[in-house]
Amino acid sequence: MSMYYSELALDHAENPRNVGTIPDADGAGAEMNPVCGDLLTLFIKVQDNRVADAKYKVQGCLGAVAASSILTELLIGSSLEEAERLDHQSVLDALGGLPASKLHSAALAAGVLKKALADYRSKRNAP
Amino acid sequence: MPQRFVYLDHAATTAVRPEALEAMLPYFSERFGNPSSMYRLAQEARKAVDEARLTVANILGCRANEVIFTSGGSESDNTAIKGIALASRQWGNHIITSAIEHHAVLHTCQFLENFGFEVTYLPVDSYGLVDPKAVEAAVTERTVLVSIMYANNEIGTVEPIAEIADMLKVKGKRMGRNLVFHTDAVQGAGALDLNVDHLGVDSLSLSSHKFYGPKGAGVLYVRRGTPFMPQQQGGAQERYRRAGTENTPGIVGTAVALRLAVEEQEDVRLRLTGLRDRIIQEVPKRIERTRLNGHPTQRLPNNVNLSFESVEGEPVLLGLDFAGICASSGSACTSASLEPSHVLTALGLPADIAHASLRLTLGRENTTEDVDYLLETLPDIVTRLRNLSPLARTAG
Repeated sequence: MSMYYSELALDHAENPRNVGTIPDADGAGAEMNPVCGDLLTLFIKVQDNRVADAKYKVQGCLGAVAASSILTELLIGSSLEEAERLDHQSVLDALGGLPASKLHSAALAAGVLKKALADYRSKRNAP
Repeated sequence: MPQRFVYLDHAATTAVRPEALEAMLPYFSERFGNPSSMYRLAQEARKAVDEARLTVANILGCRANEVIFTSGGSESDNTAIKGIALASRQWGNHIITSAIEHHAVLHTCQFLENFGFEVTYLPVDSYGLVDPKAVEAAVTERTVLVSIMYANNEIGTVEPIAEIADMLKVKGKRMGRNLVFHTDAVQGAGALDLNVDHLGVDSLSLSSHKFYGPKGAGVLYVRRGTPFMPQQQGGAQERYRRAGTENTPGIVGTAVALRLAVEEQEDVRLRLTGLRDRIIQEVPKRIERTRLNGHPTQRLPNNVNLSFESVEGEPVLLGLDFAGICASSGSACTSASLEPSHVLTALGLPADIAHASLRLTLGRENTTEDVDYLLETLPDIVTRLRNLSPLARTAG
């Protein structure tokens, strides 16, 4: 398996960081990839315009677990502006790449982040 | 428990056994002659190929000249189906096979559909069993070939080959048609009876690296009188049925490995069935929401296929790999095509159960301690993954 995944990706897949939920999250998103059934829910806590915490639950392939885990490492401590700029390429770069068939995992993580950020913005704007 | 290396993917491949390797070695660099050459050096290789052929023929219960050596199971399946179908064109264009065949059979049939053949892919029941009556009902005035696998590589279900053969003989006689019957027996060697008359088949495929022989070598049996058009042209080898300089070491290794697998068969069957059944009984006791895929008893002695609700197969394999255990899965993520196993899909299993599958296939070297280690290791892996999932109902 390590032929297809980087050592870092395998480490994140086997020892995912920041797993969990945030019941009073400031923003949350969920997505399922219909191609292979990957399922991801992401929760973020925002303080002083920075992402103070990020947690997730994931069910899916190694790519999905690794992408979710590294996404939270990229997110925690970053400014909202930086978080808005994160996309699937940021995830791929952070992992040192993924096998060609797993690129959808990075897209899944990036997609859920967009939803979580949109959720945060709409919650903040709500009366 | 301290870490062990436990190989549980014998359906994928096996290590070449020492006796086979030892028998092969002289034919690489010492007795390396081309069996078709005249001089004594080459005649030694010729003799080895002939003896290997006789060994295989004795096991299959057929004539030596009905045995063709190939590059493996895939070539055997391709050659059987294309060779028989194309040679039978004047009598019809219909082929019957099952939905759970190995891709070497399925894709060959699909390929032939481009050339005017019609193929019926018979459904199977929820255990993966093919119903002989369904085969019979599918036969038409244009049927020329039926190909049903002996035992399925993913779920281990053993098909009623002899029953299907008997039915086809009766049906064929009544219709005045030659209904040729091929079976992909790749998963059956070393576990099931390979005698072609007991089975009643006209053609049969074997793959050496599934029974502790070398990769790149296999066998195709074609009964005398069967319509057959060779698929690899070029020389007189295999009585013009399959050209190419014989892979002497591969052929020698195949014969030795097959002979030994059959000699050990009863003992290995008994022992592995015990280990298999222990896994089948014990895992659900330690991991809730587990289901067995395939038939509980009409199943290869070494095959276990389980699905764990809410858990994707690939991370299970990773967790097992890190623990020193090799296994495989029918999940989409572990296949190059990103599609879930067509076998599990044919059983009617929803995609998420197919994704959650784990296949464990035992081999002759596995022990009770190996099974103990698996039973110690697997529950924690599944629990951890369930805790990771958004769908987990219980923690732990």
